[in-house]
Amino acid sequence: MGIISRGFGGRRRESRPELPPGQYLAHDFPVLSAGPTPRVPLDRWQFTVTTEIGAKQSWTWAEFQRLPAEDVTVDLHCVTKWSKLDTAWRGVSLDTLLADVETSADYTLVHAHGGYTTNVPLEDLLDGKAWVAYQYDGEDLAAEHGGPARLLVPHLYLWKSAKWVSGLQLLTEDEPGFWEEAGYHNYGDPWREQRYQGD
Amino acid sequence: MSMLDGNALAGDLREVFAADVTTALYTCGGCGHADVIATLHLWGPAPGQVARCPHCTDVVLRLVQTPDRLILDLRGTVRLEIPRAG
Amino acid sequence: MARAAVSGRLTWRVATVAGTRWETPTARTLVLDVPDWPGHLPGQHVDVRLTAPDGYRAQRSYSIASAWTGDGPVELTVQRLDDGEVSPYLTDEVTDGDQLELRGPVGGWFVWRPEQTAPVLLVAGGSGLVPLMAMIRARGAVRGRQPFRLICSVRTPRDLLYADELARRVRDDPGLDVRYVYTRQTPDGWPEPAKRISVATLNSHGWPPDFGPDCFVCGPTSFVETAADILVALGHDPRKIRTERFGGTA
Repeated sequence: MGIISRGFGGRRRESRPELPPGQYLAHDFPVLSAGPTPRVPLDRWQFTVTTEIGAKQSWTWAEFQRLPAEDVTVDLHCVTKWSKLDTAWRGVSLDTLLADVETSADYTLVHAHGGYTTNVPLEDLLDGKAWVAYQYDGEDLAAEHGGPARLLVPHLYLWKSAKWVSGLQLLTEDEPGFWEEAGYHNYGDPWREQRYQGD
Repeated sequence: MSMLDGNALAGDLREVFAADVTTALYTCGGCGHADVIATLHLWGPAPGQVARCPHCTDVVLRLVQTPDRLILDLRGTVRLEIPRAG
Repeated sequence: MARAAVSGRLTWRVATVAGTRWETPTARTLVLDVPDWPGHLPGQHVDVRLTAPDGYRAQRSYSIASAWTGDGPVELTVQRLDDGEVSPYLTDEVTDGDQLELRGPVGGWFVWRPEQTAPVLLVAGGSGLVPLMAMIRARGAVRGRQPFRLICSVRTPRDLLYADELARRVRDDPGLDVRYVYTRQTPDGWPEPAKRISVATLNSHGWPPDFGPDCFVCGPTSFVETAADILVALGHDPRKIRTERFGGTA
C-alpha cells in the first residue's frame, strides 16, 4: 500500500452509521464535471420521452412547469464517496411524466445536454423513486448542479441522476451509459457498494 | 472544478504503456481533428478522467481507476499514432 | 537522458525531502532526493501521491522546477491553494526527512530540449512559471545561446517566483530577457498600471512570428487560453505553441 505520509489527513472524512458503506459525510455540495457545463436557454429546453417503437412525447419548459410538482427531501450518495443528507428538491415525478406512455420496455437510457447518458431500469424510475428536479433548496437549480433540470434518482449513486437532463429513451434491451461503459457498475446501488463493474 | 489538458494524463498512462502516450497523435472519431493527446481538454479526475477534442468537444478518451483496475476507453479516437522512443 | 525519461512502464518511487525553501509567502520549493532518478527534461512533471493513516489517498501533478545535470536532487515548487487538500500539506507540513511517493518524470510534449535551436518564448501565468523556469535553468546549465524571452504574469510583486535568480540570470545568461506583467498591484514606480496580459504585451515583448519561435504557455486554464489565442492571432504557427494548464483544485 506504500508509505504513509506523516501528518497527512486529507479532507476531514466523517463516517456515520446511517451512511452506505464506504461513504463520508459532505457538508458542501461538490461539483464533478465530465465536460463543459451546458447552458440551456429555457425557451429551447425540452424533455422528451421516446418509446421503444419511436413514439415521442415532449414538454417545453412552460408545459413542464404546469405539471404537478412535488417537494422531496432525499439523501445523495456520490460514487466518489461523499454523501449529502437531507437535500431539498422540487420537481416532477417520473410517474407523472410516464403516466400516458405506452411501453413494454424494461430499461431506459437517460440523455442529457452535452451528450451524457446513463442507464436506469424503468422500475427504478417509477413508484415515487425518481424526479426531474428544477429547484434545489428553494432556488432555481444552478447550472453547475444540472440546471435548468436534472434527473433525481436518489436510491442509486448520483451519476445516475443525470444533470442537464433532456430526455428518456425506453429500451427493451439494456444499454450502458457514459460511465457504465467506462467501468462503473451497471446498476449502482450505494447500499450494496456497487461502484465498479464486478462489485 | 476546472478543465486541464492531456499533459495531466501522462502519469496514469505511463503506468499502462511503455511509451509516453501524451505525445501520440489521436484522430477524433467525431470530427476527424488530429493532434497530440497532450492537447486534449481534460475533465475530472472524478468519477473518471474525460479527455475531449478541443475542436468539437467530443469525448476522445476516458480513464477510470478502480482499486484494482485501470479502464481506458478509447472509442472516441479512430487512430493512435505513437512515436517510438529513442 | 531523454531516452531514460520516456521508456519503460512507471511505478511509484519514494522520495525523501532533503530541504525546503520559501519562494514567496505562499509557494515553497521541495528539494527531493530520489534514488535512481533517471533524469528529466525541462517541462516534465511528476505525480505526487499522499496516503493518510486510514488508507485515504490523494494524487496531484507538479512540474519539476530544476534542470537535470546528471545528478543531484529533484526540485518541485508548490503553490499553496488555501482550500486545497494536497498543496497546503506540501507547503506547510512537510519537513526535512519526510518521505513522499512520486511517479515520474512524465510528459513528453510540454518539454524543451537543449538541442532545439529556435528562439523561445515562455509565457507564464502565476505558478505556471515553474516548468518554464526548468527550461531557463536547463539552458543556463548548458550555456545555451538560443534567444529566450520570458513574459511572466503575476498578481503582485510578492507573488514573483525566483525573482533574485531571474535577475541574476538576465545579467549572466546571454540572450535571456524577462518581462513582468502585474495584474493586481505593481511595484512602486512601475511604468504601467496593473493589467492583464494583452495583444500589446505579447506583440511588444514576444518574438515576431517570422522568427519561428517555439512558444510555451503555462498557467491557469483561462490564462493559457487567452495567451494562446493572442499568439495565434498575432500570426504564430499553432503547431509551435505548446500549452499546459494548471488546475485550481490542488
